[in-house]
Amino acid sequence: MALSADEAARFAVVLEDHQEALVTVWTERVASTLRGRLSQAELQRQNTELRRGFQQALAGAAQDLSGESAAELRAQLSELSSTRARQGFSATETAVSIFAFKEAVLATLDAQDSTNASTLRDYVALSALVDEAALFTFDSYVRVREELIADQTEQLLELSTPVVKLWEGVVAVPLVGTLDSARAQVVMERLLQTLVDTSSPYAIIDITGVPAVDTQVAQHILKTVVAARLMGADCIISGIRPQIAQTIVALGIEFGDIATKATLADALRYVLAQTSKKGR
Amino acid sequence: MERVPILKIGAILLVSIQIDMEDQVALQLQEDLADRIVATGCHGVIIDISALDIVDSFVGRTLATIAGISKVLDADTVVVGMRPAVAITLVELGLSLPGIRTALNVELGMDLLARERFQDEDEDEDGPDNAETPVVPAP
Amino acid sequence: MNEPAQRIEVASDQDVVRVRQLVRTLAVAVKLSLVDQTKLVTAASELARNTLVYGGGGWVEVAQTDNGRRKGIRIVFSDQGPGIADLDLAFTDGYTSGGGLGLGLSGARRLVDEFDIVTAAGEGTTITVTKWCR
Repeated sequence: MALSADEAARFAVVLEDHQEALVTVWTERVASTLRGRLSQAELQRQNTELRRGFQQALAGAAQDLSGESAAELRAQLSELSSTRARQGFSATETAVSIFAFKEAVLATLDAQDSTNASTLRDYVALSALVDEAALFTFDSYVRVREELIADQTEQLLELSTPVVKLWEGVVAVPLVGTLDSARAQVVMERLLQTLVDTSSPYAIIDITGVPAVDTQVAQHILKTVVAARLMGADCIISGIRPQIAQTIVALGIEFGDIATKATLADALRYVLAQTSKKGR
Repeated sequence: MERVPILKIGAILLVSIQIDMEDQVALQLQEDLADRIVATGCHGVIIDISALDIVDSFVGRTLATIAGISKVLDADTVVVGMRPAVAITLVELGLSLPGIRTALNVELGMDLLARERFQDEDEDEDGPDNAETPVVPAP
Repeated sequence: MNEPAQRIEVASDQDVVRVRQLVRTLAVAVKLSLVDQTKLVTAASELARNTLVYGGGGWVEVAQTDNGRRKGIRIVFSDQGPGIADLDLAFTDGYTSGGGLGLGLSGARRLVDEFDIVTAAGEGTTITVTKWCR
């Protein structure tokens, strides 16, 4: 049940005339659901602004939230959800803050003492708009949280893939933890770039800290080795634990002529022997 | 049509590809290089592709052909400076550039050529064509 | 909300270079990662050359696209050449009808996120590829 232009206009007047009482009731309701995690003053400020948003939307004869005159309100709702999401409030807590607006409006209408059938109809229509607004905050909230998670995943990737210079011309990547496709790609790019930056013709990929190797992970490691070769560098894989060696053979993964060593130390010794053989 | 310049440095021919090559330019380079190898008697060719932001199968094939031709003319070819993103793309594309030697940069490429030559001469010690100018190995 | 597509007629070597440069510019504009840019430009180079060599020329259209969540680049390669009679064969690594390495079609498909081909013997070939930002 959408708001008619008439109803919208009537509510615009109510919201304007009783603004202080309305914001006060609203703020109390919201404050009780958030249990003091936001200050009364802060909430008061937010609700004052939101009331203005609702009022403007209604004054502009908005029948639902997608209208032109509700643009300001939508912006305020997104802003609110995004702040709440970052402050760690739940999606319900955020949406309830908007639902509480209905109670505040109801209280204001009660105070007017002229309740009749048409007021009730008006109220139900307004209620639909508020519901829409609350659902809108819910959507925005989820979107912001997804962004946060994506950001954190990226930061984690940055943290978890160090490439260290081990010797003149030798770099190493100690891989720790589960390798998924995204992380393997980051490792691969970082390793290859480090080879170029340090002009190191040797790279050691140490997988001591990798709990399991499946076909996909093995493929990623193999691709890295092949890409490094195309660039003119050799990769040695070290730290293959017995179970992993068994998996590799069981999966039928061909490591071909790629050098594999039991430990990082063995790998380094091997590289140094290689370089001295080449007389440099 | 643009042409890729070929520089002679000591006993090495250095080709630095700085432009996004049309196919014709790549084919021209192939011809020019063969001519220069014969004209100069150089035994090493370095192709620097560090300025190339992509290598597709056509360029890949051209590089392989150049390496093949050089080999027949008794010169070793090293392709240097391939960018990581290019290498990753080539792996995904399925192009492995068989028969092409690579090095990270020109300097390492020159080391590699010097080593190759040194080893060849060790093997050829009693061979008939030992009169050629020796290439000094890297220290 | 999509930007208008930019079209390049492909009739010579230089046009293949122009396709690469246009794709690169747009890929940078939608902020594809460096590796994804390289993959997309390489795929475009392979497919534009196919349009020229096997299709006898045609056109390429490059456009930014958006699926609501992510931005991307969509490229269409179209020619009125002989078409491809046996698609399975054409997608086999190492198969070539034109003296290449035989990696063009299958290789290009591995480099993009979406690959769509419409072709029949005698009716030309239209290939649409898309690469999305991560």
